[in-house]
Amino acid sequence: MIEKTAAELSKALSGREISSVELTQAFLDRIRKQNTMLNAYITVCEDSALAQAKAADKRRAEGDSSPLLGIPIAHKDIFCTKEVTTTCGSKMLHNFIAPYNATVVENCINEGAVTLGKTNMDEFAMGSSNETSFYGPVRNPWDINRVPGGSSGGSATAVAADLCAIATGSDTGGSIRQPAAFCGITGFKPSYGRVSRWGMIAFASSLDQAGSLCKSAEDAALMTNVMAGLDKKDSTSIDKPVENYTASLNDSLSGLKIGIPRQHFAEGLSTEIEKGIREALKEYEKLGASITEVDLPNNHLSVSAYYVIAPAEASANLSRYDGVRYGYRCENPMDLEDMYKRSRSEGFGDEVKRRILVGTYALSAGYYDAYYRKAQKIRRLIKNDFIEAFKEVDVIIGPTSPNTAFELGAKSDPISMYLEDIYTIAVNLSGLPGISIPAGLANGLPFGMHIIGKDFDEAKILNIAHQFQLRTNWHLKKPNLEQAN
Amino acid sequence: MEWESIIGLEVHVSLSTKSKLFSGTASEFGAEPNTQANIFDLAIPGTLPVFNNEALKMAVRFGLAIGAEISKRSVFDRKNYFYPDLPKGYQVTQLDFPTVGKGSLSIILEDGTEKIIGITRAHIEENAGKSLHEEFSGQSGIDLNRAGEPLLEIVSEPEINNAKEAVAYLKKLHSIVRYLEISDAIMAQGSMRCDVNVSIRPKGGTKLGTRTEIKNINSFRFVEKAINSEILRQREVIEDGGEIQQETRRYDANKDTTSSMRNKEVANDYRYFPEPDLLPVVIDDEFIAAIHSELPELPDAKKERFTLEFGLSNYDAGVLTSTREMAEYFEKVAKACGDSKLAANWVTGDLLAFLNKNDLEIENSPIQSERLAVLVSRIKDNTISGKIAKTVFETMIEDSATVDEIIERKGLKQVTDSSEIENLVDEVIAKNPDQVQQLKDGKEQVLGFLVGQAMKLSQGKANPGKVNKLLRDKTK
Repeated sequence: MIEKTAAELSKALSGREISSVELTQAFLDRIRKQNTMLNAYITVCEDSALAQAKAADKRRAEGDSSPLLGIPIAHKDIFCTKEVTTTCGSKMLHNFIAPYNATVVENCINEGAVTLGKTNMDEFAMGSSNETSFYGPVRNPWDINRVPGGSSGGSATAVAADLCAIATGSDTGGSIRQPAAFCGITGFKPSYGRVSRWGMIAFASSLDQAGSLCKSAEDAALMTNVMAGLDKKDSTSIDKPVENYTASLNDSLSGLKIGIPRQHFAEGLSTEIEKGIREALKEYEKLGASITEVDLPNNHLSVSAYYVIAPAEASANLSRYDGVRYGYRCENPMDLEDMYKRSRSEGFGDEVKRRILVGTYALSAGYYDAYYRKAQKIRRLIKNDFIEAFKEVDVIIGPTSPNTAFELGAKSDPISMYLEDIYTIAVNLSGLPGISIPAGLANGLPFGMHIIGKDFDEAKILNIAHQFQLRTNWHLKKPNLEQAN
Repeated sequence: MEWESIIGLEVHVSLSTKSKLFSGTASEFGAEPNTQANIFDLAIPGTLPVFNNEALKMAVRFGLAIGAEISKRSVFDRKNYFYPDLPKGYQVTQLDFPTVGKGSLSIILEDGTEKIIGITRAHIEENAGKSLHEEFSGQSGIDLNRAGEPLLEIVSEPEINNAKEAVAYLKKLHSIVRYLEISDAIMAQGSMRCDVNVSIRPKGGTKLGTRTEIKNINSFRFVEKAINSEILRQREVIEDGGEIQQETRRYDANKDTTSSMRNKEVANDYRYFPEPDLLPVVIDDEFIAAIHSELPELPDAKKERFTLEFGLSNYDAGVLTSTREMAEYFEKVAKACGDSKLAANWVTGDLLAFLNKNDLEIENSPIQSERLAVLVSRIKDNTISGKIAKTVFETMIEDSATVDEIIERKGLKQVTDSSEIENLVDEVIAKNPDQVQQLKDGKEQVLGFLVGQAMKLSQGKANPGKVNKLLRDKTK
């Protein structure tokens, strides 16, 4: 049962084939069995999960039929939760229990979803492999010597290995879509502003967006129905009616114009993935869609611009971790400066320090124009590329990542790691919605197809993703964990 | 050598919004430490700012009041630095696109002439918390009640030339923000604070000298003293062949000197960048017009009206419009008694002298405007003389009885009964035969003496006009 999609589980729950308590227990058993090896969870909430499941069963008995009522899910440990620690994958917050719930968490609670626990992640969401976590790397269930991708690596592995039905994630440069691709699942990042950031610990505020990692596009639609909406507590959340994302899943794709960006099929892309994506695109042609090449001429600048803007914002966002009010504080500080220096030196890992340094440098007097201001100009050019392309086509499709999951420790050079996000970063810089869905296997490892929509065209790309999944089985492929073990 | 000084002021006023700039926390002065700080004010991870529109309205109000350009689009920036009373590690302020642009206000110099002082800009920003170093030995306490309170920082052009002008500018600002009801602007409580930039140069020079900044001065008097002391210091340094260091200084009121602050900010690079958690603030003409239509009558306009409508001197009108409360008080008295000049004399004279002596604001005056109006009316209708009125006034301070009761009880009513006055006059004539003779001989100035004698005899209660007339009649 635990391998099923949330939509299927929801049917089973409403058909009284299984109770939420039974289902929750099944997931908890699975977690107990697999998490030691996979390290997908930082915190597991056994007792509260079962209590929530019981409450969900009661609500259902009373006639409540909310789609995700009683469905066991997991939250990336970047979302603040009242009951348990929210570590953000960092020693800095190893002891931090938030006095409030993130809006995303609150929305899920109101829906009646069951929280199984908090998933592992790259420290402060900085990383593409989940190797920067203070809580150790997460393993890819398809090959435990490989990374699950990052930064939502714990969420991706948890969904792929059936340690939960759905997991929340956050995506600043590809942190939902890339791990979804590496783990053979569906990862959806809505448009910037569609889901509240209140309670989602900030990495780079202008890029961070909450989304979900799921077993199908339909599940992503169900989850987005719960997560999305205006939140007055987040000034950047959008005041725009939330569509019913499941309602349009079965819309016809006849006449759909798909754009294939030349720059996403260029040097660096593995041949198997290129072949797989082109193969996958044929499914859309069968459904009556047309495919044309489009140009994103500034795409090659996106990684550079991103690695100025994101660290710049991060350098300020992470200033609050000073050992004064919460979180890690060094032993026996001599004075204030000593406390700052040692708390931050000891509390942050290398990748976080690297980005704070880069960001601080980029904002420094004398360098601001050359780096930060220039990066913002490039950001506008990149957004304009999309605006131009979307005059010709309805959606843009390409690979999510140039390669499949790499081996743990394989990317010791940060730049080569950063290039893993070459197709996803521009979408964050432009604030667009994007989804990665499984589109094939290369040498036994999954890869993802990346569908990018216009601003707030969530319903459309979920529709497009769902139609693919109705006709293919890639999203149903499961890693053989017993073999992996 | 003759020197001239160039002074620019940066004034912070706390905007009196109900809640903080980016969080819903109330912010009242004097609450227990850390009782007015919510999860956002504490910079708990994951929290986000929501801009308080009231602060925007107040800033626009101020901008309109000083004839400033109002930005249709203003942008918040982060100013980065570490300090324990700055929970986020950055202060949110407006660097390149402040809400209020160039404006000006006028001050009256000592010689009565008007001077226009330019205002460069006014921007909205959040306050930091308070570090308490005294109460905890070897440690510092942090009080975040103030953290996140809205401030308006008003930056003047370097167009102020001496300490008196600086104080006049400050008082005018104080008056304007209080007229606008956007701040209490109480310097002693920190709801108005002032940083002063001072430099000197040879008189008539064109190049600005190196300036120093004196931080956080908390009274008008200290602003004046600090500036004078700093000008003197700079002169001495330069005249001794030294150079002025650009630095931040602190004013010590006890020693009446400024001293260099241990300069933690020397190498500070604040790494400003646009605050990504907030959208740019965009307003339209309609928004501005709505605020414009609600502007109260401002000090300059009121002053002009007082001179025209009440026939007051420029000086009196200036004094009476220096605060909104004073102007309101005066207008009530003037309207109720129907004699604006007499009302002005009493408010600027006896009442102000009393208030100043007792360090009271007019809103706390023991004599309400209604009572003073009755007193002035009794002078006007000849019930009492101006001189007797002073006695009544003294009594009114202590005694809550009505003016008429006091006059009645103390028997201070002016004597207007002709026969009574005739008796008085007869007595004076009988007692002063020599002077009467002199008057009859044409020595006019003696009349004053005789009137005085009669008034004295009546303990001031006789109507001087009637005494005068009768004396004249009887000595023809």
